Amino acid sequence: MDFPALLLVLMLLAVGAYVLGARKAMAAAAAGGGIRSLHSLPSHYGMLTAVAAVLPALCLAVVWQAAQPPVLTALLKASLPAETQALSAGEFSLIINDITNVVAGNFTPGADQTVIAEAAQRYMKLQDTSDLLRTGIVLLLAAVSTALVYARITARLRARNIVEGVLKALLIVCSAFAIFTTIGIVLSVLFEALRFFKIVPPHEFLFGLDWSPQMAIRADQTGSSGAFGAVPVFAGTMLIALIAMIVAIPIGLLSAIYLSEYAGERLRTVAKPLLEILAGIPTVVYGFFAALTVAPLIRDLGLSFNLPVSSESALAAGLVMGIMIIPFVSSLSEDVLHAVPQSLRDGSLALGATKFETVKNVVVPAALPGIVGGVLLAVSRAIGETMIVVMAAGLSANLTANPFQAVTTVTVQIVTLLVGDQEFDSPKTLAAFALGLVLFFFTLFLNFIALRVVQKYREQYE
Amino acid sequence: MNNNAQPPVCCDTPGRSLSERIGRDLPRRYRAEKRFRRLGLTAIVVALSFLVFLFGSIIGSGYSAFRQTYVELAVTFDESAFTSENLAAADFPGLVKQSLRTMFPEVEGRAALKNLYRIVSPSAAYTLQDMVAENPKLIGTTQRIWVLADDDVDMLIKGQISGAGEEANRRLKDDQLAWITTLRDQGRIETRFNTTFFTAGDSREPEQAGIRGAVMGSFYSLLITLLLSFPIGVMAAIYLEEFAPDNILTNVIEVNINNLAAVPSIIFGLLGLAIFINFFGMPRSTPVVGGLVLTLMTLPVIIIASRAALKSVPPSIREAALGIGASKMQTVIHHVLPLALPGMLTGTIIGMARALGDTAPLLMIGMIAFIVDIPSGFTDPATALPVQIFLWADSPERAFTEKTSAAIMILLAFLIAMNATAVFLRKKFEIKW
Repeated sequence: MDFPALLLVLMLLAVGAYVLGARKAMAAAAAGGGIRSLHSLPSHYGMLTAVAAVLPALCLAVVWQAAQPPVLTALLKASLPAETQALSAGEFSLIINDITNVVAGNFTPGADQTVIAEAAQRYMKLQDTSDLLRTGIVLLLAAVSTALVYARITARLRARNIVEGVLKALLIVCSAFAIFTTIGIVLSVLFEALRFFKIVPPHEFLFGLDWSPQMAIRADQTGSSGAFGAVPVFAGTMLIALIAMIVAIPIGLLSAIYLSEYAGERLRTVAKPLLEILAGIPTVVYGFFAALTVAPLIRDLGLSFNLPVSSESALAAGLVMGIMIIPFVSSLSEDVLHAVPQSLRDGSLALGATKFETVKNVVVPAALPGIVGGVLLAVSRAIGETMIVVMAAGLSANLTANPFQAVTTVTVQIVTLLVGDQEFDSPKTLAAFALGLVLFFFTLFLNFIALRVVQKYREQYE
Repeated sequence: MNNNAQPPVCCDTPGRSLSERIGRDLPRRYRAEKRFRRLGLTAIVVALSFLVFLFGSIIGSGYSAFRQTYVELAVTFDESAFTSENLAAADFPGLVKQSLRTMFPEVEGRAALKNLYRIVSPSAAYTLQDMVAENPKLIGTTQRIWVLADDDVDMLIKGQISGAGEEANRRLKDDQLAWITTLRDQGRIETRFNTTFFTAGDSREPEQAGIRGAVMGSFYSLLITLLLSFPIGVMAAIYLEEFAPDNILTNVIEVNINNLAAVPSIIFGLLGLAIFINFFGMPRSTPVVGGLVLTLMTLPVIIIASRAALKSVPPSIREAALGIGASKMQTVIHHVLPLALPGMLTGTIIGMARALGDTAPLLMIGMIAFIVDIPSGFTDPATALPVQIFLWADSPERAFTEKTSAAIMILLAFLIAMNATAVFLRKKFEIKW
């Protein structure tokens, strides 16, 4: 029985167990003087039996499913002929690869590959045995645990408490997923990054001024020195993020102030959702827009002023990224402006200040921490943004502050290093994880500060 | 403002002088006020005009992709071509070439003939093959058949490339232009609604490329995302909002969720690559891995929205249920959850819309391969709609530009539909307590 079928059978078993448990509870109630003698509702007894039928069996099935391929491969390796086992690690893994491909039906072994064909046969046989064994053991476990619980059902069994306890445990596991995800991220980038730092020392990576990650295949090859100084990459990221913020902060902040302080109900109901559309557009669409419409526009504009503008200029990518960020800045600052108590505004207006003076001297200073928090969140967004820069910014790492030149960013480098062939023993591939590590911790730092600032600010007026 | 017109009467009494000074300042202050107001309005107008510009440029370059140019051929299914038992083995490209040669008998020479053959798409041969496979009685007859034109011809007919300029710089040569004009005059070239775009997978030939494969890939990925992230997200939110004690662990989880919601999506791609593919050995380029990565990305969004929805249920509901003897769990499941569900669904739809548009993590796990076949399951290699847009945007052929824009229009249509559903749900089920 394969895994989905097994799951289906377990579900059916659960339904059966539910009916059995509920029936027994009803019978116990009838014997003990009516339904009121039961501790819990009959459905709780049913659920308890169903949980007993499924939970242990399901856990076992999942563990088995996860452990099966590595165990089977180990058994297979041991059964291969001695001369095959004596091969180098690389060749050996190729053979294992061939065998799994034969098993999956993607590949038919040639006449001279009897070793592989036989091994595949053996592997399939092992797989069949394992499947059979799993089905038997899982179903047996389900039956035994159902029987155990069923036998213990009495009118005084606290079924509801147990069922609710199990449910609560499930809720806790679900909410722990956030922690698992964070741990997963940290581990995945950290391990590969550490391997990278064994080859390239961290100070060279963090402070080196030369970035050309393509490794030379021949010694005399030029332009592929395999240099991993990430400063130009960081500088490019900062340049594009800076341009984006120069676009987004004034427009976003001014629209937020206008919408929250001046605009009438009608304009607000129209303009706010429209601004939110800007936030909902996928970044790949912005990337296409930047590469196809904005970049040529800027280049032509530059040419008419006799300025040499690269067709992958930082300006185009930064400008479009700024457009994307506008709604973040505006909606975050609007929330913050709303949180400023009306009494502050009233006080200022009563003293004779105009609305602008109230906004400038009272509302914005009062909201400043929240606005700064929102802007920090937007900056972290701009730094981590990928598709716009992949499509509109360049690949060559220039250390420049000229917005008309092409620069590259952390995310662009991660994508280019990891799309295509990956070798997890070359610093080229591992460098992507080192960049990912820097990106993760930098954005984490920004987010942490920003969220803290915004929270502190909210508490101040609550 | 007309204070200026009044001459100062007396300046000795200090009270007078103050109001004077205020009066003198007023025009300046009002001007500043007006200026600021105008500036704010300008900011909104600028932001919205970006939106209009973006939509305009995409619709402007994409609407033409919904029509495609076809050429009518008179194909003779010569019996001599179908000698073998296997009909598919027949030389269908030869039949297409033969019919083009009969149409323009004056064309001679290898180079000229090659140019002639280039007017129709290579897919024409498959069209014929399908027709014969469906109806073998066609053999021995002559049929007038509409086949796809080549992408360059399509671009010319749609006016996206011109026949002017230096011949060497053009994709279409002078003789080809002449043939196209002839065909056009004979009424043998026309544009029709582009069904290929909706039914085909990816292709290197723009005229044969479609979004079906990408849409299915996105569908399978999102199905996994929905099935995993909705229950897990809702349960996590219930625990954190209703049960969690106020301790360090809960705090850590909360800070974690808020931070995860702001982690760049590409980092989730790195996680998928290192953990799901390298560590667990899951197959690359498949919707399973894509769905799992998008699940992790969407979870924080759903948890935050679900918590807000739970928070908006007034405590009186809980107190009433507890008061008549429900357990805490029964209170939540029977009374609080149904009231919070519309809000949770709204958050989920918005999270799914974000997952649908996200590209970067899918690049990391290899859903960027060139895949012609339409995926039919969770473990078939696939791309996703936004990745398809990225791939086409990188293609040099002029015809892929309009295909990219058209694919973007489809993607935006999906997103708008999803968000509209969310807004509708919110409006319909929103309860003002």
